[in-house]
Amino acid sequence: MSKEDKLYKIWVYLQAEPLFWITLTLGAFLLGDYLYKKSKLNPLVNPVAISILIVSSVLLTMDVTYDRYFNGAKFIHFMLGPATVALAIPIYEKKNLILKEIKPIVFSIFLGIPFAILITYYLASFFNLDQEIILTMVPRNVTAPIAMGIAELIGGIPSLTAIITIITGIVGASLGTFALNIFNIKDMSARGFGFGLASHGIGTARAMSKNKTAGVFAALAMGLSGIATSIFVLIIIKFII
Amino acid sequence: MLKSLFIIFSFQLFGEAIQKFFEINIPGPVIGLILLLLVFIFFLKSPTPYKKIKQEISETSHQIINYLSLLFVPIGVGVVMHINYLGDNLFKILAIIVIGTLASLVFTAFVMEKIIKLEKKNVKRR
Repeated sequence: MSKEDKLYKIWVYLQAEPLFWITLTLGAFLLGDYLYKKSKLNPLVNPVAISILIVSSVLLTMDVTYDRYFNGAKFIHFMLGPATVALAIPIYEKKNLILKEIKPIVFSIFLGIPFAILITYYLASFFNLDQEIILTMVPRNVTAPIAMGIAELIGGIPSLTAIITIITGIVGASLGTFALNIFNIKDMSARGFGFGLASHGIGTARAMSKNKTAGVFAALAMGLSGIATSIFVLIIIKFII
Repeated sequence: MLKSLFIIFSFQLFGEAIQKFFEINIPGPVIGLILLLLVFIFFLKSPTPYKKIKQEISETSHQIINYLSLLFVPIGVGVVMHINYLGDNLFKILAIIVIGTLASLVFTAFVMEKIIKLEKKNVKRR
């Protein structure tokens, strides 16, 4: 057997195993995270986006299906649930700060959520998208499982909603800082709250990595907006359609 | 580490069970978050007997949250691999996401900062 044949056989064997894809994901993330830290936490050097690009290019060049990749990566994906539960701890540790700002929090939810829903709805109508696609996009600012549930309720396409939701998270995490700086918003709790409300978990991860207070308010906004959006969407959709 | 992981997993499990039982629209992990928060606030108040386990849960939680970004990579790769599902609307959808996300992010942060400032002023006046 030639050397190439042997290498090919090893590859065929390894790529069928979860270990290969877990290792690749960890490696890609370590590289992304290294670059992120090296850039002094520049939001454009978003570690999630970098690792996604690295892993997808490997899959595309090697002609590997997503199912095969996910068969390994699901072990990493699995921790998303426990990580969500774990967000209770930083929220608990900052409970006094949260109670102090309870009024701003309530106001921001009651104004921010309808704003997020309506701007998506009107932008999508403005761009002449089909009703079904509009409804698919409307819940995109909340964490994927909630967004998919809402999409199903209002007549959108849940799997598309998941894709749109993740892109929303990455856009918020990598561009949000610049938008906030342009409008000269300095308060860390307000900045974090915006991140969590508009770009759920990925935005929260960005806020967490930059500032503890911002991260806690992001986690809080993510949880609250998930609950509030499920209620507001149903009311708003009833009125505008 | 193992004890605290067991507790965190249990809360998620409990959350998932409640979600299924009451058929609510909130994901199990978020319900688990709320439950764990309530337990920390109301039941683990007196520090001495629970100090050690609280400390342990707190350490493990922070360790997991440190890698929160990593956990989004697998679904993120799914988005890239299935991006053609968005079809002809891809660019319109991307434009809506960019404008809509940044607008609501700034709007929310703006409202919150304004109200925080107003509150501070009121406190000073008193």
